[in-house]
Amino acid sequence: MSILVGADTKLVVQGITGSEGTFHTRRNVAYGTNVVAGVTPGKGGQRLDDIPVFDTVAEATRETGANTSMIFVPPRFAAEAILEAADAGIGLIVCITEGIPVRDMAEAHSYLKGSGAVLVGPNCPGVISPGVANVGIIPGEVCSPGRVGFVSRSGTLVYQIVHELTRKGIGQSTCVGMGGDPVHGIGFIGSLELFERDPDTDLMIMTGEIGGDDEERAAAYVAEHVTKPVVAYIAGFEAPPGKRMGHAGAIVTGSQGTAAAKAAALEAAGVAVARTPTQVAELVAERLG
Amino acid sequence: MDLYEHMGKELFRAHDIPTPLGTVARSPEEAAEATRTFGGRSVVKVQVQAGGRGKGGGVVLVDSPQQASDEAARMLREGFSGHAVDRVLVEELLPIEREFYTSFVLDRGNGEYLAMMTAEGGVDIEGLAADRPEAIRRLHVDPMLGLRTYHVRELVGTLPAAAREGAGDVLRKLYALLVERDATLVEVNPLVQLSDGRVVALDAKVTIDDSALLRQPDLAELRTEFPIDPVEQRANDAGLQYVKLEGEVGIIGNGAGLVMSTLDVVAQHGAKAANFLDIGGGASADTMATSLEVILSDPSVRTVFINIFGGITRCDVVASGVLEALARVEATVPIVVRLDGTNAEEGRAIIAQAAHPRIVSASTMDDAAAEAARLAKEAA
Repeated sequence: MSILVGADTKLVVQGITGSEGTFHTRRNVAYGTNVVAGVTPGKGGQRLDDIPVFDTVAEATRETGANTSMIFVPPRFAAEAILEAADAGIGLIVCITEGIPVRDMAEAHSYLKGSGAVLVGPNCPGVISPGVANVGIIPGEVCSPGRVGFVSRSGTLVYQIVHELTRKGIGQSTCVGMGGDPVHGIGFIGSLELFERDPDTDLMIMTGEIGGDDEERAAAYVAEHVTKPVVAYIAGFEAPPGKRMGHAGAIVTGSQGTAAAKAAALEAAGVAVARTPTQVAELVAERLG
Repeated sequence: MDLYEHMGKELFRAHDIPTPLGTVARSPEEAAEATRTFGGRSVVKVQVQAGGRGKGGGVVLVDSPQQASDEAARMLREGFSGHAVDRVLVEELLPIEREFYTSFVLDRGNGEYLAMMTAEGGVDIEGLAADRPEAIRRLHVDPMLGLRTYHVRELVGTLPAAAREGAGDVLRKLYALLVERDATLVEVNPLVQLSDGRVVALDAKVTIDDSALLRQPDLAELRTEFPIDPVEQRANDAGLQYVKLEGEVGIIGNGAGLVMSTLDVVAQHGAKAANFLDIGGGASADTMATSLEVILSDPSVRTVFINIFGGITRCDVVASGVLEALARVEATVPIVVRLDGTNAEEGRAIIAQAAHPRIVSASTMDDAAAEAARLAKEAA
């Protein structure tokens, strides 16, 4: 078992004929992911290798039963692609695209609340359940199957920390790259909730970074709802304090968004907070015994 | 992108939001001249991408053109809390009755816009938020639904009755501006009611979403108005994410999270990063070479730490880029290289084969950081 993506994933790739879309689709197929369809408007009827391409997500789902979408559409059209996937009844939408205007994402985010679809990203590396399915751009070869759930805002920190885990022989149930955009889909809380329920996850890792208050809210959630051990890592202790204009941001969150504030909130919630990526693997190893 | 106040006010005026008359002055003489046109009195306001101007001497009421000239000269000479200053805004003085505060900000907690209004505006709004949060009315606006009449009624309900209509009008126009210009923040502190009853925006803080600048071409052009470090400029021109810092270890990595983490790990080994530089995903040899040239051009760098975990980025390409840079510029400082992930073996082989006297290879991020910190201290 795993969360979000697994053996029953039937993937449609939006933007499959673009260079990034094609490259990563092939990598995901090579990993063993069941890619059933692609979508590029105007290219319906073509194929990428064995994969049929459709003009719309609705057609793709009707014809192939796709239940998960991966989006490689350029930023100007990506929010529209998310809406299209949700309207076509796709249950899980993984949006890799970077640089989507925030207003477009805010609108899509609002619409998704009423749709029942789960969004991962945007501006994220995707989701991998090692050994089963890879939806996104996380290099499958650094991961190994196991019982640790991992959720991260940063992509390359996933690679670095998974590498440290692998060196200690610790595998992962699922790695979720939630992305770092201000308005995003599933976050720490949603991922931790799924990992908490997943019988094949024994421990969770969350890695955050400066800005926003996702980590602080996750800390409160852990204290209240999570029984499995959680190990965290926060990047950005040495980052210069961001230029801050106006006061509205600070009034909203009541937090300065610093790494120190986030680490303190997590520690107060009983989360073990590592100071280096290497130490993450050490803390995990200690807790798994 | 944080706009200067005068830019924000230009957007306000384009949306028909009342603001004081004002002139941008780039010299003490221009500040004096503007003050003369306002009848010999004015307010001189430093233009920086920072808050706290009211408390920090960045906003000064003056009673004569000479005083305006003196204050402008001081601001232009001294800058403001570390920011270089190349202009001030000189505005007419208005007869203020009351000061309020209002803002719309993207709330990243729930992806909606948060609207706030209080009758107690002025400099210490954060203090008010902490001490008496109930004094600030706040509500969320669903971006799909937009700002509705009942939202406006609720927000202005906290103001004196005579100010509600004028403030409501400003609120509607601010929200329209927010949406049309892809702002993530519009803040007015203070929003004032004048003795004749009019409601006027005395300040303007506007932040534009960087990802939306492609469809806001006139705002994108404003980017060149802000001061930038020359090394930073060169890095930006090459499409690199670069921020100058105060330390002595030059850092190059791929991915913002990994680079931030690299700064932290270097600090834990007792050294400080000279910069943040993210080469992004899938960097070419040329990108790597340019990055290294940029870092080596910084005189405060005593050692360089290249920390790559290849995903889309290929370590063999990075290794070639490092050697390419060293063929173009002479390195006078040691360069610690750590390569892992995609094609790491090939990358390490390329580095080993070159046997460059300045390159030090390290096998883990921790070891590499320790080595970079040690070398930086040795060079001090």
